[in-house]
Amino acid sequence: MTLSSASYQQEKGRLVPVMKDILARPSGRIGLTLVFLHILLALLSPSIAPYDYKLQNSALMLSPPSTEHWLGADHLGRDILSRTLMGGREALLVTGIATPLAVMWGGFIGILFGLVGGRVDEVLMRVVDAFLSLPWILKMLVLIVTFGTGIGVLIPTLTFFYGIPVIRVARAATHDIIARDFVWAAKARGHSRISIIWRELLPNVLDTLMVEGAMRWSWMLLAFSSLSFLGFGVSPPTPDWGLMISDARGFMSFAPWGVIAPVIGLSTLIIGINLSADALAKALGIDRAQKAPM
Amino acid sequence: MPQPAFIEIKNLSVGYTSRSDKSILVLRDVNLSITRGDSVGLVGESGSGKSTLALAAMGYFKRGLHVISGQIHFDGIDMLNIERNALQRLRGGRLALIPQNSGQSLTPNLRIGQQITEALRLHSNIPATDFHAGVIDLLSQVRLPDPVGLTDRYPHELSGGQQQRVAIAMALASNPEALLLDEPTTGLDVTTQAHIMELLRDLAKDRNLAMLYVSHDLGAIARVCNKVMVLYAGETVLTGSANQVLLSPRHPYAHGLLASIPRLNEASLPQALDGRPPMPSETITGCAFADRCKLADQTCRSSPPPLDHLESGETVRCFHHYQIGQLNRKPQKSAKSNPIATCKNSALSLSNLSVSYSQPGLFSKLFRSQDIPPSTVERITIDIKKGETLGLVGESGSGKSTILKTIAGMVPAQSGNIILNQTEPLDTMVEKRPAAYLRQVQIIFQNPDDSLNPRHTVAQILAQPLRLYYGLSGTPLRDRSIAILEQVRLGEHYLERLPSQLSGGEKQRVAIARAFAADPEIILCDEVTSALDVSVQAAVLDLLDALKRQDGTTYIFVSHDLAVVKAISDRVAVLYQGRICEIGPVAAVYSAPFHPYTDALIGAVLEPDPDVAPRLTADDVVELSPPKTGCQFQRRCPRKLGSICEINIPPAQEVAPGHIIHCHIPQGDL
Repeated sequence: MTLSSASYQQEKGRLVPVMKDILARPSGRIGLTLVFLHILLALLSPSIAPYDYKLQNSALMLSPPSTEHWLGADHLGRDILSRTLMGGREALLVTGIATPLAVMWGGFIGILFGLVGGRVDEVLMRVVDAFLSLPWILKMLVLIVTFGTGIGVLIPTLTFFYGIPVIRVARAATHDIIARDFVWAAKARGHSRISIIWRELLPNVLDTLMVEGAMRWSWMLLAFSSLSFLGFGVSPPTPDWGLMISDARGFMSFAPWGVIAPVIGLSTLIIGINLSADALAKALGIDRAQKAPM
Repeated sequence: MPQPAFIEIKNLSVGYTSRSDKSILVLRDVNLSITRGDSVGLVGESGSGKSTLALAAMGYFKRGLHVISGQIHFDGIDMLNIERNALQRLRGGRLALIPQNSGQSLTPNLRIGQQITEALRLHSNIPATDFHAGVIDLLSQVRLPDPVGLTDRYPHELSGGQQQRVAIAMALASNPEALLLDEPTTGLDVTTQAHIMELLRDLAKDRNLAMLYVSHDLGAIARVCNKVMVLYAGETVLTGSANQVLLSPRHPYAHGLLASIPRLNEASLPQALDGRPPMPSETITGCAFADRCKLADQTCRSSPPPLDHLESGETVRCFHHYQIGQLNRKPQKSAKSNPIATCKNSALSLSNLSVSYSQPGLFSKLFRSQDIPPSTVERITIDIKKGETLGLVGESGSGKSTILKTIAGMVPAQSGNIILNQTEPLDTMVEKRPAAYLRQVQIIFQNPDDSLNPRHTVAQILAQPLRLYYGLSGTPLRDRSIAILEQVRLGEHYLERLPSQLSGGEKQRVAIARAFAADPEIILCDEVTSALDVSVQAAVLDLLDALKRQDGTTYIFVSHDLAVVKAISDRVAVLYQGRICEIGPVAAVYSAPFHPYTDALIGAVLEPDPDVAPRLTADDVVELSPPKTGCQFQRRCPRKLGSICEINIPPAQEVAPGHIIHCHIPQGDL
């Protein structure tokens, strides 16, 4: 207790110690390395991929890994290594934009609900609950079927649906703070609601939102890949892990490399994000497991 | 022949390893021995290591702490090299702990009977068939009313004082030979505290216990302990009998600590002990107290003083203990020497204010199936003059904080008016008040940890009112912030700090600075010193008094501590269940004639003087809601007249000019 509060740094200079703390943990080191590698690959893969991702070669159809094609070829004879390397680009782009947007709108609405409180909050939270009770895939498919696929639809759809659970988290975090005297003091001085949200509540909810955002990111990646898997995400021939798994699924019994490669790509990214989120939560001191006695 | 020590701690040093792999000491070379029949009081400011030492007597150390050297023996048993099972049997068995917050140490979903039965099953030899009788016996030993009915209740159904009694009963279940008490009455009301102290005193005597009593409250220590040990920065600085330490302390720190306690028989502000204790991580070359000591010289700063054993049996860690007479106990200045209430204009006037928290539901509104419960606060009529300090005093639930929140516009008044500066009545909700009025009323809260945003630097905290009310920014904002910080005796270098980098006293200064930044007419102080150490409390009171003198601000000062209210206030209102019992000038309220409740409160105050015993007149029952008719104090009043007290609202009797007592007892008999 004394240890952590004594080493507490100022808000401005908080980024550096938090980063140091994350990197001091094995989970943070491994997680951030994985995420960083994936982002790097997404940026550089068009130039380092050994083959053209859409080049079909019927002679290579479902061929096993070889010295020329390290991870083999898929059912159209396309190089799996090249496609796997590039398979995260779309997913990272879409979720990279949608996650911060989802955290922002969900966080703002959640803090507002928490601040307003009372009956308005009760009623609106039941609406949120109703939304959360529907299976996510159903909700998304309805929107995508109505408005069509493509990034222009996927980003708003993911932003909308993944912001809803953030409302819940932000509201709960706000409730922890709203009863504290500094919020009362701000109200008594006569500050406006926006000023109270911006100056008093947000800085205290931000930590929780950051961790929540990191967790939401990995969920969103899974959702995006699932949509691609079902054929509602990225359209062929664009390489995408979800789509690749879907395509190679039928040949899994005799050509498993077609599934294994994109699965490794997707799972390392998600594990990386989850490990980083875990380390971030611990570095910010909001990891609940740590507080359990003995 | 002296008895052998029952609990013996020898040369104990306890520490933790910091992140930078430095070994940091929390306790340094402490010796303590307690024989049976002794009760030793452990005194010190927060962070002095007193709780660590008490828990060490049980062989327990908080996570991260480890013994660096020393020995701990309990009745000859080596507590540091003991088998786990044997230690478990000892703890809660022969050696029992009564923790600070018993409400939290009782299991919420177990009935009182079940909890005590468990203690009996684990730690006593009585047969299972006798458990029920045993539980009832224990509950009556701690003087709880209706012990049979109590066994079926849950902890949340009991008041704080009753919970503490149950915790004591649980500790007694094993028939312990030693009791460790860690601030057992902190947070309880004065009357409850006094009753528990008497209970502990009797238990220790009857059972010939060895007791170790940790408290920052010297009044409680004076009542229960026969020996006292003072810790400072993890070191023993003074030990001796309760009389020696509390009446003629031989160490400058103990001397300063005692001088900083406000007392009922003094009309002035207590003397502040400046500075703060060193952090455990700081390296101390000489005496740890040298920086705050008026007797300190070059020797004190360069070499650590040894623990001297005096002929009187005391031990003192000071080079200059023979010069202690040079420190005068008289305060340098007296607050009451120049009363300020010269201005006759009213700053704030409350007329017939009442507040109710209960909101009748639709059903009861329609069918009137339930009676409307009595208001939490009722009939509050007070006129506060400019520059005056009004003290509001009463136990928890007396409605004192509610009145402050109503004035601030955070709790709506049910009826009555709040009039600022003799203008039109203020709207009851803060959102509807004009900005000019908002600036004039500011609040300082009890706990600065809670009232300062942990993510804001001091500069940002002070900027809030300055921006809002004066539209300052840039250099003028910074200059004004520095000026305000200097007023509360903090320097410019505090601007960039976060609340977590400040000590408790510094945080409260920042909170005070924030209130004064608005340049208000009235400041509402809600228990502003009760979260602070006594020495810090004295400094904060001193600061509040100085600022008032400078700016002519009006204070409404809420506290449960009668001595603090007496020290700072010009006029006092005593509240019970949201109604005024007595109001008048300080000197008049604190002397006869008394309202029976004021009498009970003043009687229950524990003075840091072993020779003064409290007078316990009223029971320590906690009432949850005020009675529907008649006098608010009827159910606890030791001088109740009869049915008149239950039916009629007591009349306001002006016993002296400005001194009003609300009671049915005729003026001459009060």
